[in-house]
Amino acid sequence: MSATLAVVGSFEIPTIEYAALAPIMIVMGAAVLAVLVEAFVPQRFRRVTQLVITFASLVGAFAMVVKAGGTSQIVAMGSVAIDGPTLFMQGSILVLAALAALVMAERQVDPSGDSFAPRASALPGSADEQAFTRLGWLQTEIWPLFLFCVGGMLLFPASTDLLTMFVALEVLSLPLYVMVGLARRRRLLSQEAALKYFVLGAFSSAFFLYGTALLYGFAGTVSLTGIANALSASAADSGLVVTGVALLAVGLLFKVGAAPFHQWTPDVYQGSPTSVTGFMAACTKVAAFGALMRVLYVALGGISWDWRPVMYVISALTMIVGTLFALTQTDIKRMLAYSSVAQAGFMLVGVVATSAAGLQGTMVYLLAYGIATVGAFAILTLVRDSTGEASHLSQWAGLGRRSPWVASAFALFLLAFAGIPLTSGFTGKFAVFTAGVAGGATSVVVIGVVASAVAAFFYVRVIVLMFFTEPSAEGGPSVVVPSAFTKSAITISVALTLVIGVLPQLVLNLVGQAGVFVR
Amino acid sequence: MNPSNYLYLSAVLFAIGALGVLVRRNAIVVFMCVELMLNACNLAFVSFSRVHGNLDGQVIAFFVMVVAASEVVVGLAIIMTIFRTRRSASVDEANLLKY
Repeated sequence: MSATLAVVGSFEIPTIEYAALAPIMIVMGAAVLAVLVEAFVPQRFRRVTQLVITFASLVGAFAMVVKAGGTSQIVAMGSVAIDGPTLFMQGSILVLAALAALVMAERQVDPSGDSFAPRASALPGSADEQAFTRLGWLQTEIWPLFLFCVGGMLLFPASTDLLTMFVALEVLSLPLYVMVGLARRRRLLSQEAALKYFVLGAFSSAFFLYGTALLYGFAGTVSLTGIANALSASAADSGLVVTGVALLAVGLLFKVGAAPFHQWTPDVYQGSPTSVTGFMAACTKVAAFGALMRVLYVALGGISWDWRPVMYVISALTMIVGTLFALTQTDIKRMLAYSSVAQAGFMLVGVVATSAAGLQGTMVYLLAYGIATVGAFAILTLVRDSTGEASHLSQWAGLGRRSPWVASAFALFLLAFAGIPLTSGFTGKFAVFTAGVAGGATSVVVIGVVASAVAAFFYVRVIVLMFFTEPSAEGGPSVVVPSAFTKSAITISVALTLVIGVLPQLVLNLVGQAGVFVR
Repeated sequence: MNPSNYLYLSAVLFAIGALGVLVRRNAIVVFMCVELMLNACNLAFVSFSRVHGNLDGQVIAFFVMVVAASEVVVGLAIIMTIFRTRRSASVDEANLLKY
């Protein structure tokens, strides 16, 4: 009973740097506003209001990120770091979220409205649901959820203590669980995906939290720099540190979608509404990799010799598992899900390099992968038959002959995933693999190169299917002409994929200026 | 009383919760096991707070409670929709998505 708690003598007013936190605050404020819009604005004005709020806040936040360029400081009483990598990742998240929002705003593709359930509470197949569909009811509740999610994503890679990181993790995850379950069609699959994502996500965040508790027990603080200082001060490896780091890594690697914590990915990607899949595949990955790298580099950089071998294995395993399972898929959405697992493995090569080049290569890869992902899933929403999206591989046979433009855009995104030169994917892969070799992870890079060669097979298989196979006799799915929303999303994605591929120096200079994490 | 006993208790509770998530079949019970894990974390935070003699751990416990409460809101809503659709909350019967 000798330990006495520190008595708080005087209350110190916290200083909050509002200007540096503006991107997060704008998006969060817009999310609160969007909730109020749902409550008070008449139904027929809600969509326009929500779209204005969403896009205005994303553009405003992006402008604040650009304006903050060059700052490198820790703000909000040591909880949030606004440095080059944070700003680059926040900018990437905002661009990708805006592209994904364009796809979500689409209302011309599905004949009965948009891609979200008119009333999520109505039982699938019930008379209620049919009545809602017949009356043409549409909901706009997806927008506040979307904005809260983006707000959490902006905070996640910026947080410099594990508590802020945990709160940001939950703020980004909880709305996603709901969004996953809101599909208009194939609602049983959608609800099942939401259940699986929720149970596994909550399970993994409990691991993250227990890891935080053990590291707090070791260091007496949850701030990343505090943990780094405690690690460098202590001579012996403590059991608390090893267990704590392992549990923390489980939580982060789950969000990243790395093997062996990737099992939720295919089910959730397949079950959720396709526009939401594109959003979470692209943006969650950026946010989660940002947080993972900050923890590994800032807090655990001093003991990198202990965690690097484990991360080597995880990176190699993720590439192998993702590639092999993607080979056997017959559903395009599921194939892209396994491909995203493999891509996470390629990005981990940059992470295990534990160098500035590795950090910057991973950031380039994240942006390149995110843009191609949003574009690819946007195209998936357009290929439809009478029951909804036609995602079975055989239904895409001969698509290139009927809709050459759409098929060419999809082929470009697949080539970017495969890392073919003159696409953004090559820039990203080249950056992480060179960083990996320079960082001494040559064996992992070799596995990565072999895995990319194997992965190229299943990407090219889809291209061959679209362009060089006869379409099936009974017609098959048709490509719907979307409104300007999806059109612009796909056009911008194609343009950015080509620009980053042909002129990689633009984005490489940008990450070069971003520098490294502030400590 | 030695604070490390509380830490052993928290580790045991966490393990029971994790085991429950893996072996139980009812989504509600699985979810309760996750909550047990979060509360085990809280116990660890408060015990370590006592060990270190600072208040961080106790403050974190409050944050965790708030997060756990919001997780309940979202989680029960998702489990309720599944239950109303399938008339069952078993996680084994949610098996349309596979391979």
